[in-house]
Amino acid sequence: MPGDLSPVISVRDLWKVFGPKAEAVPKSEELSALGRRELMDRTGCTAAVRDVSFDIAPGEVFVVMGLSGSGKSTLVRCLNRLIEPTSGTLTFEGEDLLAADAARLRELRRLKFSMVFQHFGLLPHRRVVENVAYGLEIRGMGKTERTKKAMEVIELVGLLGYEKSYPDQLSGGMQQRVGLARALAGDPDVLFFDEPFSALDPLIRRDMQNEVIRLHHEVGKTMVFITHDLSEALKLGDRILIMRDGKMIQTGTGDELVGAPADDYVRDFVSDVNRSHVLTLRWIMRPPRPDDPLDGPVLSRDVLVHEATRVVLDSDKPIRVMENGELLGVVGNEEILGVIAAVTEGS
Amino acid sequence: MAVLEAAKTTRPPAAPPAAPATGPVWAAHRGAVVAGVVAVWVVLWALLRNRFTLTLDTASTTDLHLRINDIRDSIDAGRNSNPLFLYVFNEIRLVIDALTNTISGLIAQPAFGRPVPLLGWLGVVAVVMFVAWALGNGRVSLLAGAVFVFFGLQGLWTQAMDTLALTLAAVLVSLLIGIPLGVWAGLSDRVNRVLTPVLDFMQTMPTFVYLAPLTLFFLIGPASAVIATLIYAAPPAIRITAHGIRSVAPATVEASVALGSTPRQTLFGVLIPVARRTIVLGINQTIMAALSMVTIAALIDAPGLGQNVLKALQTLDVGTAFNAGLSIVLMAIVLDRVTTAMSERVEVARLMTPQAIARRPYLLGAGAFTTLVCVYLSYTFANYAVFPKPEGSSLGYVGDDVARVADSVTTWTQSNLTFLTQSWKDVSTAWILDPVEHLLVESPWFVVFAVAVVLSMVIGNVRAAVTTAVCLAVVIGTGLWSDTMTTLAAVLVATVLTVLIGVLVGVWMGRSRGADRAIRPVLDAAQVLPSFVYLIPFVALFGATRFTAIVAAVVYSAPIAIKLVADGIRNVSATTVEAALSAGTSTLQMIRKVQLPMAREALVLATNQGLIYVLSMVVVGGLIGAGALGYDVVAGFRQSTYFGKGLAAGLAIVMLGVMLDRVTQAASGRTGGAKKR
Amino acid sequence: MTRIGSPRGARRTARVALVATFALALAACGGAKVGEDTTSSAAPAPGGSGTAAACGTVNIAINPWVGYEADAAVVAELLQSKLGCTVVKKNLDEQVSWQGFGTGEVDVILENWGHEDLKKKYIEEQKVAVEVGPTGREGKIGWFVVPWMAEKYPDITDSANLNKYADLFKTSESGDKGQFLDGDPGFVTIDGPLIKNLGLNFKVIYAGSEAALITSFRQAEKDKKPAIGYFYSPQWFLSEVPLVNVKLPPYTPGCDADPKTVKCDYPVYNLDKIASAKFATSGSPGYDFVKKFQWTNDDQNVVAKYIAVDKMSPEDAAKKWIADNQAKVDAWFTS
Repeated sequence: MPGDLSPVISVRDLWKVFGPKAEAVPKSEELSALGRRELMDRTGCTAAVRDVSFDIAPGEVFVVMGLSGSGKSTLVRCLNRLIEPTSGTLTFEGEDLLAADAARLRELRRLKFSMVFQHFGLLPHRRVVENVAYGLEIRGMGKTERTKKAMEVIELVGLLGYEKSYPDQLSGGMQQRVGLARALAGDPDVLFFDEPFSALDPLIRRDMQNEVIRLHHEVGKTMVFITHDLSEALKLGDRILIMRDGKMIQTGTGDELVGAPADDYVRDFVSDVNRSHVLTLRWIMRPPRPDDPLDGPVLSRDVLVHEATRVVLDSDKPIRVMENGELLGVVGNEEILGVIAAVTEGS
Repeated sequence: MAVLEAAKTTRPPAAPPAAPATGPVWAAHRGAVVAGVVAVWVVLWALLRNRFTLTLDTASTTDLHLRINDIRDSIDAGRNSNPLFLYVFNEIRLVIDALTNTISGLIAQPAFGRPVPLLGWLGVVAVVMFVAWALGNGRVSLLAGAVFVFFGLQGLWTQAMDTLALTLAAVLVSLLIGIPLGVWAGLSDRVNRVLTPVLDFMQTMPTFVYLAPLTLFFLIGPASAVIATLIYAAPPAIRITAHGIRSVAPATVEASVALGSTPRQTLFGVLIPVARRTIVLGINQTIMAALSMVTIAALIDAPGLGQNVLKALQTLDVGTAFNAGLSIVLMAIVLDRVTTAMSERVEVARLMTPQAIARRPYLLGAGAFTTLVCVYLSYTFANYAVFPKPEGSSLGYVGDDVARVADSVTTWTQSNLTFLTQSWKDVSTAWILDPVEHLLVESPWFVVFAVAVVLSMVIGNVRAAVTTAVCLAVVIGTGLWSDTMTTLAAVLVATVLTVLIGVLVGVWMGRSRGADRAIRPVLDAAQVLPSFVYLIPFVALFGATRFTAIVAAVVYSAPIAIKLVADGIRNVSATTVEAALSAGTSTLQMIRKVQLPMAREALVLATNQGLIYVLSMVVVGGLIGAGALGYDVVAGFRQSTYFGKGLAAGLAIVMLGVMLDRVTQAASGRTGGAKKR
Repeated sequence: MTRIGSPRGARRTARVALVATFALALAACGGAKVGEDTTSSAAPAPGGSGTAAACGTVNIAINPWVGYEADAAVVAELLQSKLGCTVVKKNLDEQVSWQGFGTGEVDVILENWGHEDLKKKYIEEQKVAVEVGPTGREGKIGWFVVPWMAEKYPDITDSANLNKYADLFKTSESGDKGQFLDGDPGFVTIDGPLIKNLGLNFKVIYAGSEAALITSFRQAEKDKKPAIGYFYSPQWFLSEVPLVNVKLPPYTPGCDADPKTVKCDYPVYNLDKIASAKFATSGSPGYDFVKKFQWTNDDQNVVAKYIAVDKMSPEDAAKKWIADNQAKVDAWFTS
């Protein structure tokens, strides 16, 4: 979990304002407090990212989630400065990213970051292998070497046999594999995903999500993943940042968001989630009452509710949630049924 | 050629200023307002008829015209001392002359100390076929070879090569300037904004207007012809290239930047390759435009087929003119098909089997070798250098026959259809043209001015009204108000006729594949056939009248209108048509209630393009009895006293063009905006 | 098979030409001047020998009417065959041809119709051109009617009677007046003022080109429709349709001085030849020949007919006429 290691990316007070005299908005307390409509009327500006701060730990999958227009795509583009932030600080591996000049920025993009796009952004006039090798090519890598490297990555993402095809001869899922391969080919430290699977069919989307999980296990890169799909966020994300109107609403692990929503917006957002698959016992345990028998089965607090359901229902005594020999709380039928019933009610 | 219209239509629709949410009063009753304005106009015309009409006699000039003459004289005198000439115009001229002479010496004219061009006919045919095959495909290669041999059989080999050489030189220069500018305009919104009105102006300006002044700066000769062609042919390359660059998916560009590409890598590695097909389309358009302009440049001694057409007309030899005109049409077809095949090459190459890919270098090598042999033969032996011509014929193997057939068709038409055409002309003139002309010419200038501004506002928007006011003010400044009104009347009538024909034929073509296949080639040919070819028969049929000019203008502009309407009808979504059919719509209802309204944007565009094409024929109309501005331009071209007046008339035509273009574009923007809401 | 030239020599020339092109482009940085850079000047080529070199290149302006082309065809043919000159024909309007004297693009105009204003400008003021004497022919501009009308209404050939027939000439263009056709905008006409000053009920309609004018006359004669307009002789079309001249009040010198009050016929033009000053002083034998060249309207009409009616190429037409008229040709080359 973050905190123990020095962060790869560290964002503080980041603003991105579009419009005339954009830089004035974050500076002025009055303007920065305005809502979207008022800001537009007063200054003609739109604040896509408002005062966002977070850290991303090495190897973490950090998901930014929000509905369209929430500023999440702008935020991720600020991280590799495809979009220039208006104010704030941005540190990458200890380096002030906003101070980097064009040449340094290019170097970072070539060696450290890469990005996967919603609409793939492939070069239609090049074959798959040439697309994958493009990033290596612009670094100045020789043809033989880059082709060899590209073929390795093509194999990694399961595209072997398609390397001679042109992008428009492939299905959407396959095209995104090309995008993924291109991003991986440069062996970057950080991968940015901008809603990479939202244009795909549900089944293919699930395959691709699993693919990302598999790759994460194999290559262990830090990933920043943008999505508007909560189940995708919960499935992939170590931690999730929820954005609304450019503002950070809440950051936390999946069970934190579901178990302790910061406000009604998040609560509403997570209401459809199958809570028993997200929440762990620590979110539903209660302090033992005097009449509770304290000799039921023992479970860890990180056990998911749906995994504990059978144990709890089978036992006639509440189970004990223990850690290091200490009793944290108990969970009885009532608590379990509370979670399960909420799901049935919700659906 | 199939896409010739894109030359002018690819102009992005003028930024449609969205109509205000709560429209002005007239918005709701637009038709009624227009009718009201016209009614008031008629009343004022009746009351104030023939007063304040700003009439200027045909033989008279104004101070402005004389002042332009003086400027002309001082330019003329300063040609060897003025630094602008020494360091700019003369330099440009020398470089372009050298380029043109080199190309011409290669294929058309004796040069390099030889009595014949470097490449004889066999060599040229071989090279053309090889290039068409290597960059296009086998079919267009055969077509090109056949057509080029046909030039020789027509007895027009040298002239065709002159035309080709000049076209190539002009295209080369156009692309050297046009593609970088287009890329720049594609990358920068600001450049695009600055360029767009300039390109509009270049394309609206009638070609005749700048021919004479150009010789002033670049003398008679290839340079003037090439630059005249450049003015006309570079805009499509610039526009289409910019459009191509702009149309590259933003995600693709972003992906390239995110991978750390430098701007240069993005430009050459992504933008240009991805836009390549579109850019080739722009090249195609430039070639077609250049070819048609090179023909007209015969008026300033540009060599080639245009000369044959013009010469033949001096002796009213329609057959010979047609023979040369046919060459031009065929050349256009070849150039169009070859460049189209080139743009499709990428897709074709993808579908090739690995064996075919492996075989290709050998085939290319063999082709290149054969070509070289032919080149050597044509370089060395007279029979392969100069196209043989049978004894006693003036035009070669088939040229005489082509001319004879064209002649007899013309003679027959002139003898047998005159009674029809004459009465048609008299009725149309009396009932349509004269009333419009009287209203425009005989009303006081301020009445017409006010009416035009108000109508621009109602049909278009405030910006269009301002443009109209400015343009008409400039027209008053030229001293040619009355002539401008006469021309405007003819232009309006011609445009209405063009649109009518466009809708009738266009709907037919849009609904029937068969009709489309049959008619489209005719339209293509009509668009490239130099108008001079059919002027004489028209004069014979209708007399030297304003109506003749209108007919010529309609013949020239109808093809583009027809094609645009046909494409508009065809593009109406199949689902909508299906839905309407399932609701029990009859054919007529389908056309009136579904297809035409949905193709409305295409209709407005057809009107706009029809107007522009009609305007470009105003000067040609002056050659066959239209008088007014067209005549003024021609007279300015021919007589030194009227140089200034001719230039002023040219400016007036441009002002008409800008005004009508803006108003129709504003109208189209409005309908587009209305549709979105 | 006939071999062409020497390939090796040609290749070298090609290379030289290419180098020269670049050199030209480079040298041009010093400021390029008109007339110095072109090879079109009639000055003898340096270092050459024989008549070819002595004559050099002659740029003949070809004005757009067939009679002129007939002149040019014969002159060009003789310049080439007798004197070994290189002839470059330039198809130009009259106006532009005169402009060409100053720029060195034109050496000679073979049939000049008046143009006092241009003479003043280019001969007297700019001194880039000189008169080379008459062509031996006269040009007549005037009013003409189609032959069938002259036959049917004999008195129509006098302008005094024209009003009687004005109604016949009404068209969609002229409204309630008779239509009077004017042709090529290249000619200075006084028809408008003339009609007004003679009190004629006619309106000038501008056909806009010679071709349109001729077609109108031709079609009118064929359909027996009325037509009256501006025309001129010599003109090849008169041999196809012999238009009849309409008598105007006779020309007296100065009667056309003020176009506003003009009431008389057009003058008779002595068609003459003009050359560039450079050509005149070049010492080229070509210039001497051009100076001597004179022929009659009939001669010109023969060649013009070969070109216009028999559709011969100008070269062939000239050769044919030269072969048939050796005596006249020889006279031009004896000093």
